[in-house]
Amino acid sequence: MQIPYNAVERPDTGLYNAKLGIWLFLASEVMLFGALFSSLVLLRVNATTWPHGWEILNVPLATVNTIVLISSSVTMVMSWASLLEKNFAKFRRYLGGTILFAFVFLVIKAFEYGAKFEHGLLPSTSNFFATYFTMTGLHGLHVIGGIIVNIYLWGPGSKMWTTDPARFINRIEVAGLYWHFVDLVWIFLFPILYLL
Amino acid sequence: MEHVATAPHTDHAHLHEEELGFLRNYIFSVDHKVIGIQYGITSLLFLLFGFSLMMVMRWQLAYPGQPIPYIGEWFGEMNAPGGIMLPEFYNQLGAMHGTIMVFLGVVPLAVGAFGNYLVPLMVGAPDMAFPKLNATSYWSYFVGGVVMLASFFIPGGAANSGWTSYAPLSVIATAGQTYWLIGMVFLITSSLLGSMNIIVTIIQLRAKGLTFMRLPFFVWAQLVTSFLLLLAFPPLEAAGILQLMDRLAGTSFFMPSGLIVSGVPMENSGGGSVLLWQHLFWFLAHPEVYVLILPAMGIVAEIIANNTRKPLWGYRSLVYATVFLGFMSFIVWAHHMFLTGMGTTISTFFQTTTMIISIPSVIILTALIISLWGGSIRFSVPMLFALAFLPMFGIGGLTGLPLGLAPTDIHLHDTYYVIGHFHYVVAPGTLFALFAGIYFWYPKVVGRSMNSTLGKIHFWGSFVSINFIFMPMFIQGLAGVSRRLYDGGAQYTHAQGVLYLNEVMSVAAWTLGLFQIPFIFNFFWSIWKGKKAADNPWESTTLEWQTPTPPGHGNFLKEPVVVRGPYEYSLPGASKDFSPQSES
Amino acid sequence: MSDFHSIDSRTHVRKYLYVFYSLMVLTVVTVSVSYVHLPFIAALIVALIIASIKAALVAGYFMHLISERKMIYALLVLTVVFFVALMFLPMLHHSDPGMVG
Repeated sequence: MQIPYNAVERPDTGLYNAKLGIWLFLASEVMLFGALFSSLVLLRVNATTWPHGWEILNVPLATVNTIVLISSSVTMVMSWASLLEKNFAKFRRYLGGTILFAFVFLVIKAFEYGAKFEHGLLPSTSNFFATYFTMTGLHGLHVIGGIIVNIYLWGPGSKMWTTDPARFINRIEVAGLYWHFVDLVWIFLFPILYLL
Repeated sequence: MEHVATAPHTDHAHLHEEELGFLRNYIFSVDHKVIGIQYGITSLLFLLFGFSLMMVMRWQLAYPGQPIPYIGEWFGEMNAPGGIMLPEFYNQLGAMHGTIMVFLGVVPLAVGAFGNYLVPLMVGAPDMAFPKLNATSYWSYFVGGVVMLASFFIPGGAANSGWTSYAPLSVIATAGQTYWLIGMVFLITSSLLGSMNIIVTIIQLRAKGLTFMRLPFFVWAQLVTSFLLLLAFPPLEAAGILQLMDRLAGTSFFMPSGLIVSGVPMENSGGGSVLLWQHLFWFLAHPEVYVLILPAMGIVAEIIANNTRKPLWGYRSLVYATVFLGFMSFIVWAHHMFLTGMGTTISTFFQTTTMIISIPSVIILTALIISLWGGSIRFSVPMLFALAFLPMFGIGGLTGLPLGLAPTDIHLHDTYYVIGHFHYVVAPGTLFALFAGIYFWYPKVVGRSMNSTLGKIHFWGSFVSINFIFMPMFIQGLAGVSRRLYDGGAQYTHAQGVLYLNEVMSVAAWTLGLFQIPFIFNFFWSIWKGKKAADNPWESTTLEWQTPTPPGHGNFLKEPVVVRGPYEYSLPGASKDFSPQSES
Repeated sequence: MSDFHSIDSRTHVRKYLYVFYSLMVLTVVTVSVSYVHLPFIAALIVALIIASIKAALVAGYFMHLISERKMIYALLVLTVVFFVALMFLPMLHHSDPGMVG
């Protein structure tokens, strides 16, 4: 017997395995980041002083980064749509774009961290910087994870397009769901850390 | 994943072995049965190790300040000069006993081993939904275990801040705590991957005709357990990351302002909240209690139905109670924190939810007890353990009620009463159920049965001695003896009247250790010398018994089609007293 | 693979682009508002509303939640309930009028 419902949907649930899997994973990610947001709120509510993000963080740079990450999300969903059109070359261009944007995001992030370190602003400086570095750092690790998966699917993993195209489209959709989630976390991190 | 896709079914196991060689077959296998066995053996070793830590601690509690006989020198001058245990070492043993038993022993055995081996078989699937992820999950657990063990050998030794790792004590503790946190990150990752896999397998890979209300109760228990692991563990992972930052990057998430340690003010920026750790920790650790108990209930339900030769009483109530229990377990956590200065409003909230959650537990236990009524009970070894589970879990559960109410908890909090309470749930409760499961499914896994005389010695010896360990704890706890005294209360006024019980408990603990020897011997001896078992030696109805013994790669010779519920025993008019789920 | 195959993929692509433009506009709006330095509570409410709209757009269209299966909805509702518990119960701990410590 082979494992069923890798490529096609199970009729009664309407889902293929990996789609249910990734949503379960994302649910656990919601709880992970949820716990961090909860901690942030608790610490801030109880703090005697807490700076506004815009006073000490670089808002223009973070705005650029927001735009970069949103763009990477669009190219991701476009790469999936290209596969539905059976246009493999276009798929690769878009997915390549996503990977590129992700790298740009990390480079900008690195500049931001570097500038903070230069001014002696470290996680131990205050609980504001502690939460800032921890949350953006964990988000950054998620970006790196996404880059690794996407590079695999862009390169060696894309061979599956010729052997099992239906399952490959599923894989891109699942990778996309993860990537959009990373984008979604940033959509909340950005205003909460930088703009308030 | 599909290396055998084209081979004819009958040759699967054979071909698979030849193609892949020893390493891929037995070490880095992606077959759920091999991974289940790996989980089983690793977790049993950890259980033995964790229990050994406790047997050493019990010497110190019974005979404080006296050198440990025979093995005292093993611990080195750092931990036990002249064989006399230092308080610091006692704290390490205590913290690691809890951590190992819960995170490296019981959960991996209940979910990793039983869940992995049995869930795909019971739902009629060829494997878990994501076999490679499954192997990743095991190896992540393995690495986490190695990190935890390694921490004993670093300067300062293993973590010593209790299994709860309360801040700020844990933040300023020795390097062992860092190892503990890193180990936990691996264990949490393992649990997350494993629970995802189990949920997808149950929902997506059910055989034709196997509707949700035809699932064996064990599968339901695993499903709810997996949801608990999936959604409750991430907050602890977050808390672990924050504590790592506190320890390594000097942040102050859990470090309050103005903290002074041994007369020296701490240099942290301060402003953190020690209670934040407790909230995040118990947000996991309370559902974790149900992670420990639900698979045990599932195992007991299977064995009771099989050995009473009649359907479970109230299958639907069992299922609904379990789902409700799982849901409620997320909003009771702060009953562990009544003494942290919480206000009355929130205390009342958590007391109320705690009382509510006892209702589904009682429903489950009642349904299992009523299931015995009028059955022609077979007193096999697994059934003995399953029967013992019922009163033992009952004692554990009922003694929890005074702890769930703030006024009584003020007196009992952090005393031996608490230790007695949760050990009744986990040791003669969960562990007995897991033993029952091992005796019950051993013939399917190995192809031979375990010896039942040795099994009965194991059972009666364990049953008597384990009660002599935990019952006196209630007496000590009610007298007010704190759970964390390394001299067993010798210097503690409250403890003087009940001090004699320490020796009773310690002797009982070592006796319990002795009575595990027949089990260990039986476990290995039966692999080669046990009585050969048929495919369905217990005449059971569920799908796992409809496979060859042991099941080959791909599990079923032909795709099973389910036609009836899981517990159709003694059907009127049937030719035999059990009607398998997949037989038409 | 889902029903998307049958739908004309050009309408899809157009939809994604509209979402993209909306996200850009909302990003500019939220940043501009932050330069006004509203009182904290007002700023918090505005920022969270805009972030929630952006999140809904991403989840709804890029992650196709707008036409997802019931089981996924059920899972997410469950997660949100626990998330809310995790978010607000600890806060209650600190703002409880009957607090002793």
